[in-house]
Amino acid sequence: MKIHYCDALVIGGGLAGLRSAVAANNKGLNVTVISMVPVKRSHSAAAQGGMQASLGNSKMSQGDNEDLHFADTVKGSDWGCDQEVARMFVNTAPKAIRELASWGVPWTRIKEGARTAIINAEKTTIVEEPDVNGLIHSRDFGGTKKWRTCYSADATGHSMLFGVANEALKRDIEIQDRKEAISLIHKDDQCYGAVVRDLITGELSAYVAKGTMIATGGYGRIYRTTTNAVICEGIGHALALETGKVPLGNMEAVQFHPTPIVPSGILLTEGCRGDGGVLRDKDGHRFMPDYEPEKKELASRDVVARRMMEHIKKGKGVGDGKESYVWLDISILGREHIERNLRDVQDIAITFNGIDPADEGKAGWMPVHPAQHYSMGGIRTDRTGQTRLNGLFSAGEAACWDLHGFNRLGGNSVSEAVVSGMIIGNYFADHCLSNDINISTNYVQEAIRMQDLELDRILTLEGPEDIFEIKARMQDIMDNKVGVFRNGIELKEAVTELEELYLKTNDITVKAKNKIHNDELTEAYRVPKMLKIALCVAKGARDRTESRGAHFREDYEKRDDENWLSRTLAYWRLESDTLPDLEYEPLDITTMELPPGFRGYGKKGNILEHPDSEIRQKEVDTIRNKMVREGKDRIEIQEAIMPYELQREYKALNYRVGDRT
Amino acid sequence: MKSNARELTISILKFNPHNSNSRPTMVDYKIKERPGMSLFLALSTIREKLDHDLAFDFVCRAGICGSCGMLVNGKPQLACKTQTKDYKNGKITLMPMPAFEIIKDLSVDTGKWMNGMSKRVGSWIHTSESTDIGKVERRIDPEVAYDTFELDRCIECGICVASCATKIMRPDFVGAVGLNRVVRFSIDPYDERTDSDFYEVIGDDNGIFGCMSLMGCEDHCPKDIPLQHKIAYMRRKMVDQRNT
Ligand SMILES: Cc1cc2nc3c(=O)[nH]c(=O)nc-3n(C[C@H](O)[C@H](O)[C@H](O)COP(=O)(O)OP(=O)(O)OC[C@H]3O[C@@H](n4cnc5c(N)ncnc54)[C@H](O)[C@@H]3O)c2cc1C
Ligand code: SF4
Ligand code: FES
Repeated sequence: MKIHYCDALVIGGGLAGLRSAVAANNKGLNVTVISMVPVKRSHSAAAQGGMQASLGNSKMSQGDNEDLHFADTVKGSDWGCDQEVARMFVNTAPKAIRELASWGVPWTRIKEGARTAIINAEKTTIVEEPDVNGLIHSRDFGGTKKWRTCYSADATGHSMLFGVANEALKRDIEIQDRKEAISLIHKDDQCYGAVVRDLITGELSAYVAKGTMIATGGYGRIYRTTTNAVICEGIGHALALETGKVPLGNMEAVQFHPTPIVPSGILLTEGCRGDGGVLRDKDGHRFMPDYEPEKKELASRDVVARRMMEHIKKGKGVGDGKESYVWLDISILGREHIERNLRDVQDIAITFNGIDPADEGKAGWMPVHPAQHYSMGGIRTDRTGQTRLNGLFSAGEAACWDLHGFNRLGGNSVSEAVVSGMIIGNYFADHCLSNDINISTNYVQEAIRMQDLELDRILTLEGPEDIFEIKARMQDIMDNKVGVFRNGIELKEAVTELEELYLKTNDITVKAKNKIHNDELTEAYRVPKMLKIALCVAKGARDRTESRGAHFREDYEKRDDENWLSRTLAYWRLESDTLPDLEYEPLDITTMELPPGFRGYGKKGNILEHPDSEIRQKEVDTIRNKMVREGKDRIEIQEAIMPYELQREYKALNYRVGDRT
Repeated sequence: MKSNARELTISILKFNPHNSNSRPTMVDYKIKERPGMSLFLALSTIREKLDHDLAFDFVCRAGICGSCGMLVNGKPQLACKTQTKDYKNGKITLMPMPAFEIIKDLSVDTGKWMNGMSKRVGSWIHTSESTDIGKVERRIDPEVAYDTFELDRCIECGICVASCATKIMRPDFVGAVGLNRVVRFSIDPYDERTDSDFYEVIGDDNGIFGCMSLMGCEDHCPKDIPLQHKIAYMRRKMVDQRNT
């Protein structure tokens, strides 16, 4: 049995994993990245729309800065995020984008002079000043005060991923693909690496490292309709959960994107609406302004998705019952704009639906319906990205660092993936530099053997159940009972049914007995892991008797700061457990920079306020007013209200063209 | 609609090079067609219901990640973007893409090949400058940025390599994807390499002078990258280099 030693082990080769690997390589560490698929095929490649960073270059983003990005992010999260993390993030995002530019990401650049844009369904002329010519451009996205989403046409994630992967190639970082981590090696409170399965040969081996980073992305495939890639199964989450020591945070916070195309669930980017596209019902009526007069199609995703479903429930959808959908109309943007900036969208619509969205009028409308899209929750870490196991870190979509709280803004996720790779990657590297490990080969060999025995055990099962059917039933339960609208009765059923399914995974038969190239066996060890994740989501949703961000309860429509301003922590303490154990970690209003309030979109008067909010707001206002009078700048004021720690190179000031410095 | 759904016959080349008893064999699978069925859905159904041992690769299932290139009735293309309804007689033959190491059945190691290519052509920004990421970024002409992006759209699917006649004769040919990559960096203002640097990398018959302009690459590229045009452009520059 092989043992591979390295200083730093990174599980996952998407934006977060690769950028973390670069951070570790920067500090002279010997890094190994493992990935289920060739890293450039990671799901980060699928991000179309863009990356948020407050560069403030273009006309419509002038005046943007970290403060606005911070406020948008916190409001977007419905006050569920960690505000210090949000500060760390917004201060690093402009640096991330500029670093990526220097690594060859061909960001769309500003051209001076007049151009036409569609704003609120009307043609508008925007004039760019000569002094921003050639700087990085940005487009509009939901839930933001300024046009802050930087992009390379509509293949932003692809360009970013290639940029970072090329940087890793240049540094000759060891990358091994078609390898799947299937369990962590840990003892007492220390993580030592992972047991890894070679997806070509089936061989099991151990990767032992001073530090291990999980950057395995989201878990959308526990749902049937999802925009996520087929490899987004939450195996990385399960690795952490199964240690019994590491909790998953806020798993009930699942984002449903408003505009995946029907029926395949393939995403049409938010850029469609950001660039001026509108939603229409069966009568061709643009309905969003009726619900959200201010932000319209560009309220945050949770709000738009709910409004669409609400409208469909009123019988305004196209088609009947569950199959009912609405139209996304981008034809009003004109063919030239679409063929240059939304080409992948056009390609998807033509290929999968035979619709050319540039065709004028109804012929170009694309059928859309909300579907699972993003996991705000994940492996709970502290601000440095470390989990409750010493030496185990997590970053990117897999983690609950907690930038997004209960809803993340479009464009904040690829941004988080890279930024967390920079910040957490550095903390991770520091950890690997200053800690040595001592673990016997016997212990490691035993860890491999246990996994081998587990596969043997699965192969000897002789029950009547079929693992593919169990998986399909799980996905249906999640779609039908843990979706956009949730209620206590269905959630209770969901938990019970998922638990039964979990038990049934021991009642299956895997027909072929070979250990490699046996898809049924692969499913047989993955599906129980997926069910654990599904149970964390469903139970978390069942017990959270309020509505916050993407978590919406029909029986508890209000956000309840008094009782629920807390983060859910789900543990799977014993192997023999069949349900996760939930704990709650309170969020402290008295230290917040932005105390809870109204988001500016969504239903008004839907908040049960916490008494601390008002007190803290007064405190913050007093400090701010005083310091403004004293002539302090916004950075000093921020530091006084909510000081936060960040590596010096990232805490440094971000210069903008408007600074004239 | 459901009752009169067509039956599809999908014939697939099965072969496991890691098993010394395995011989390449065509196997027929019959499944019911569903509305809007892509080869991703068809193959997933086959693996789930008929043959758990069948190997193929899908990740994004949306034509974005470049995982699923295969020969569909002899033509290299992305399986996830292939709709079964386009095959009028309901018969589809699937083979692995040539030119790449076979992992098993329809799964080939494009990832390994592409990494080799990337290292060979130095697929990253070569620069002596260090960037201060706190400062306003360097200005790039918007049209030049767009041109770079156009070529950056390559998803390393390997279809151009699988459809290339030169590649069959010259196993070390860097492929349209490699030549395109060189052009991409040559027009990127951040990259300081000169034509003579690129000549070192591709100035031979395994590079730019190997291409016979048969256009297989451009005809099949799922991203519609203007490969021939870009290769011709590079060839002119490299000829100049050879002559100096
Ligand atoms: C269709 C779509 C469009 C999107 N568009 C945008 C957008 O416009 N803007 C935005 O900000 N965000 C967008 N997002 C979200 C964003 O793309 C992701 O959240 C982000 O890219 C995640 O990056 P990551 O590095 O955390 O994970 P990923 O890129 O998903 O990478 C995960 C990696 O982990 C590996 N892996 C997984 N499990 C294992 C295992 N067990 N063992 C070994 N390796 C493993 C995989 O092989 C992969 O390399 C979009 C998401 C989708 C689905
Ligand atoms: S150039 Fe086109 S065909 Fe070749 S690898 Fe890139 S995307 Fe695929
Ligand atoms: S699966 Fe990604 S391109 Fe086909």
